[in-house]
Amino acid sequence: MTSAQPGVQLAVSAEPSAFLAFFQQTAAIAEIELKKLIRDPTEVLARAVQPVLWIVVFGNVFSRIRAIPTGNVSYLAFMTPGILAQSVLFVAIFYGIAVIWERDLGIVHKLLVSPAQRAALVYGKATSAGFRGAVQATIIYVVAFLLHIQIRWTPLSILGVFAGAMLGSAIFATLSFIVACLVKSRERFMGVGQLMTMPLFFASNAIYPISIMPHWLRVVAYLNPLTYLVDALRTLMIGASQSSHGVLTNFGIVALIFVILAAIATKLYPSLVR
Amino acid sequence: MAAPNNHSSMSASNIAVTNSVEAQASGGETFAIETFVLTRRFGDLTAADHVTLNVPYGAIFGLLGPNGAGKTTIIKMLTTMLEPSEGTAAVAGFDIVKAPAKVRRMIGYVPQMLSADGGLTGWENLDLSAKLYSIGRSERKRRIEEALHFMGLTEFGRKLVKTYSGGMIRRLEIAQAMLHRPAVLFLDEPTIGLDPVARRSVWERLLELRRNFRMTVLITTHGMDEADELCDQLAIMHLGKVAAIGTPADLKANVGPGATLDDVFVHFSGGTIQEEGSYHDVRATRRAVSRLG
Repeated sequence: MTSAQPGVQLAVSAEPSAFLAFFQQTAAIAEIELKKLIRDPTEVLARAVQPVLWIVVFGNVFSRIRAIPTGNVSYLAFMTPGILAQSVLFVAIFYGIAVIWERDLGIVHKLLVSPAQRAALVYGKATSAGFRGAVQATIIYVVAFLLHIQIRWTPLSILGVFAGAMLGSAIFATLSFIVACLVKSRERFMGVGQLMTMPLFFASNAIYPISIMPHWLRVVAYLNPLTYLVDALRTLMIGASQSSHGVLTNFGIVALIFVILAAIATKLYPSLVR
Repeated sequence: MAAPNNHSSMSASNIAVTNSVEAQASGGETFAIETFVLTRRFGDLTAADHVTLNVPYGAIFGLLGPNGAGKTTIIKMLTTMLEPSEGTAAVAGFDIVKAPAKVRRMIGYVPQMLSADGGLTGWENLDLSAKLYSIGRSERKRRIEEALHFMGLTEFGRKLVKTYSGGMIRRLEIAQAMLHRPAVLFLDEPTIGLDPVARRSVWERLLELRRNFRMTVLITTHGMDEADELCDQLAIMHLGKVAAIGTPADLKANVGPGATLDDVFVHFSGGTIQEEGSYHDVRATRRAVSRLG
């Protein structure tokens, strides 16, 4: 038998520890997404227009009528963290389109045939969505600064808000990833994406407090991850008087939801190439 | 050429079954790919129907047939993307059903679409692959440089892939797939949508890969010229089944003097490959081409 099989001997021999490989692979995916984001920031910048409009137009009008009870803070200050959470949601919820695009190009196939851990691929994508969340947070701070909106500017508060925006972005991007794995086509995805955004937005405390909602909507709001994200961001940006759960509880809930969604996405990812 | 060649003479699929049983009985890893009644059903459709074939180490093996013949389904099963409905296969000695993670460490894969990331440079595309395959930092740089050089892309390494021609993208993808020195390289329609010069350069690189690294290569194709010039052995696929296996020369000789691969194909399927090609081929080609312009 002449089959010397040198290919076998040449193949990757050292199997690195799964734990270390997980971080390397996650970082590798996040790194290329960050590179692409920096090279072509058009999309992210175009996405900045919407939150600016919400604050400048909607926020200013609603401040005048004083229809929404916001305690001792102005309505503009009250809604600013809500609009940050909303813009994070709106950007991230369409992340799945990119996944379907990568499927059509064969990129997903290549990733899934590699020995990379599927969970690392999902966490890498979520991390890259986090960068987009950070861009949204930057934009909101610029708007708040220009409009002299009364928010906190302490380093700890800003750090917390960025962490929240990134985690929120990771959650909704992963949710979007799951939807992409289920629908598999861009047309269907656009429909479902539109269907998800408005209920998530309105059934939350983003632009009005939960206390003024009818009972049934409160129940929905408490099942909505956006509610906990907004509560965390609002507490960090405006103050503890605005908190219903406390920052740590909010972050805990949001992180738990992310881990669960990431596990589902990891399970569904291979179905994209079947 | 590796391994005594059971398939050098044309054999219908039932004979191939016998051969694989012999191979099993004789033990040892003589084949880079061995499939055992590999079957995949999608509802009522049987995309791959009891496919049994053996690919010796170091061979360039072609699955030849029109779209819908089951070629891509077989590749998807062998690369662990798709679980078989029945049967199994061993790739580089590992079972695709029982040890898919091990199989993934041993193989390289180039999908049908031109799938390198256009927003990244050639180097960055290779660097991503190297990291996903856990190739260490110092080794990474050396292998990337070597792969770029091997594929004739050294001077384009720092350029964005969206500026590449179709042939260059395909060569970059082969570079990506060979970085970790796989035992078996799978390519799904490697030259679809490429012009004749680019096709030839892809063939040359694949032959060179086999020569330098004794890599086993499995391609799917519906190009008769590709099957004829590139492949040592062919399996002619028809409606999910292996209609015939053999070297291009033997397949032709068995049909009659002066026969071409087209004649062989007609002989086994009752139709020409062009007639059986579907709209899907056209669309796939166009998509590939539109990415170049």
